[in-house]
Amino acid sequence: MSALTRVVVLAGGISHERDISLRSGRQVADSLAEHGLEVELRDPDATLLAHLRDTRPDVVWPALHGASGEDGALRGLLEFLDIPFVGSSSSAARLAWDKPTAKIIVGRAGVATPRSITLGRDAFRELGMDAIFAAIDDELTVPLVVKPAQGGSAQGVTIVEERENLARAMVEAYTYWDVALVEQRITGTEIAVGIIDTGDGPVALPAVEIEPLSGVYGFEARYNAGETRFYTPARLSPEVAARAAETALTAHAALGMRHLSRVDLIVDGAGTPWFLEANVLPGLTETSLLPQALEAAGHDLGWVYMTLAEAALNG
Amino acid sequence: MSFRWVTLTAMQTQGNNMDPWRGLYAARTAGLAASEVRALFAVASRPEVVSLAGGMPFVSALPKELLTAAVERTIHDRAAVALQYGSGQGMPKLREQILEVMALEGIHAGVDDLVVTTGSQHALELIAKLFLDPGDVVLAEGPSYVTAITVFKSFQAEVVHSPMDDQGLIPQGLRDTIARLRAEGRRMKFLYTIPSFQNPMGVTMPWERRMEILEIARQSEILVLEDNPYGLLYFDQAPPHAMRSVEEDGVIYLGTFSKTLAPGFRVGWAVAPHAIREKLILANEAAVLSPGTFAQTVVSEYLSTADWRAQIDTFRGVYRERRDALLGALAEQLPTLSWTVPNGGFYVWLRLPEHLDSKAMLPRAVKELVAYTPGTAFYADGSGRNAMRLSFCYPTPDFIREGVRRLATVINGELTLLTEFAQTGPVSTLPSEPEGVLPPYAG
Repeated sequence: MSALTRVVVLAGGISHERDISLRSGRQVADSLAEHGLEVELRDPDATLLAHLRDTRPDVVWPALHGASGEDGALRGLLEFLDIPFVGSSSSAARLAWDKPTAKIIVGRAGVATPRSITLGRDAFRELGMDAIFAAIDDELTVPLVVKPAQGGSAQGVTIVEERENLARAMVEAYTYWDVALVEQRITGTEIAVGIIDTGDGPVALPAVEIEPLSGVYGFEARYNAGETRFYTPARLSPEVAARAAETALTAHAALGMRHLSRVDLIVDGAGTPWFLEANVLPGLTETSLLPQALEAAGHDLGWVYMTLAEAALNG
Repeated sequence: MSFRWVTLTAMQTQGNNMDPWRGLYAARTAGLAASEVRALFAVASRPEVVSLAGGMPFVSALPKELLTAAVERTIHDRAAVALQYGSGQGMPKLREQILEVMALEGIHAGVDDLVVTTGSQHALELIAKLFLDPGDVVLAEGPSYVTAITVFKSFQAEVVHSPMDDQGLIPQGLRDTIARLRAEGRRMKFLYTIPSFQNPMGVTMPWERRMEILEIARQSEILVLEDNPYGLLYFDQAPPHAMRSVEEDGVIYLGTFSKTLAPGFRVGWAVAPHAIREKLILANEAAVLSPGTFAQTVVSEYLSTADWRAQIDTFRGVYRERRDALLGALAEQLPTLSWTVPNGGFYVWLRLPEHLDSKAMLPRAVKELVAYTPGTAFYADGSGRNAMRLSFCYPTPDFIREGVRRLATVINGELTLLTEFAQTGPVSTLPSEPEGVLPPYAG
């Protein structure tokens, strides 16, 4: 087993989630430094790859949200450089990052996921908005959730309560990405299940139940302390909680994810957990869900972040 | 261990909102929230992004050796004063020097008429604290400076905008606004205005209009808060003299070294009628004891030894070239749109087709590595969607041209998208979300 001494934490980037990533990165870097590691916090730029090649840190800890951090690109390059890193491989990241792809894979593993349709902008050009909306009307009913096929922090996500707002919601989603997912909204308890694997196999953390004061867990509800009430563990019966944990572990495994992930689910009135999405690099800010789940499970965050780095080094 | 047990039990039964003190905040903090727009601005700090968003002065044009000498003299020769608490009114010598600066814009005042503040931003805060009760109305240009709006709203005042054209506030519009508010029984405290190279529109009020606005304020018995950060940064000809040059009793005048020297010093000032000034000094002391003496001394040393007028000329040259680059690029890349043509300052106001939403479009811009400030930031009432502010102060002319090229891609892309989704009429607009508080470099 190699000894872990030098870690490069990556945070920032030029994604829409730069600000959140910087906050996540600082949390990770501070925690690792408190555990005696030599930590370098870096904003990925044109000098990064040469720097990594020259200095060869023991492990890279990517606290990058959004494109390049989560879409597998940077992870693929780290694999090329043969530098160990925390989190999912480039191929798993690519599958999980694309929400429609993740739904298909997790659905094939037997997990329920809300009925949806994935629409690139080209489809509208070719087939016309009216025809497409008529088809949606036949199969899905409001409320709907419209989101960019790729991206995080609820950016570009709209809950469509009234049908006439669908076009605008599509525009909002396409402002972030050229493919959008239109999904049936499931009414129920919104939960997030963190998964960590420090070397002994993936373990589901206590589910965090999300109750945004505004009713919608959008950007403001996520990043302004006080705007959302969290229940950890979620207020679910032991049977339903176990089912949710199992569902999250199934999704994590089906997507081939590694070390850590966060699986977002909605539990309906009958106690069925529905898969919404899996996060390659869950938020690690002060108000984020995974740190809450880790603390509720009695883990020290620094210890977990360090153990994940050790798992990456020796994995 | 018992603490952890208590915490966990509470989390299970009542939940945890990540802020145990939420119930204790003052009502006036309601608007202090992080927003998606604010988060998107984080990307603007990356060198790959051409930021036409921030109003950051081009401080690289400053003479570093003169500033270094000023700092050295401050430490070697004036440490006893510069490192000590100072007067709540500001250092007398600096106040004398500020009189010279203001004389360039026709203002004649005495050393005791002014109060040095921590940037003119803090003067805004102090004046709001002195005058605003919850429910009061502040009149402002529509659009107006984003962080002034934030300050007024934080004192639970309502900011009511009065219409503008390419020559600033429209006098008849102001009369109508005042009459309407009076009929509604509202209590108006002051008119906040930036007459020269206005933020965000870049427009300048002609002398006759300034006089008319002053007359309206006099008749309506409301104060005028004249904010003049950009007046000396003119390109072709100087703007008309400040309103304060002819009206001492009804005008509070704000000035700053943030644009003519550097914002990092945080040295600004207010000139106010006697009674208000006395209260401002007390409020300043209550807030900060004394404005930073170190920064005041450095600025004073700089003014004593450097040719600061020539430095302002240098800034004018830099900003004129950048303004020309921006206007030229707009004419080339976005010929069907309209924009203001500033004769000074930092900003151009770009008007978009009616159904475009500059705020909704910002993520696309960030993806294309260009940033701007959406028009909505400059209104308290959610207006301004189909406009944006472009700042030409910071990026080089080449970067500005590249930024406008990217912006044209963004605008044209958004227009195509909207056209595709508006086959049966304009795409409805989603409800406006609060802007939250934008970072300093955005304002």
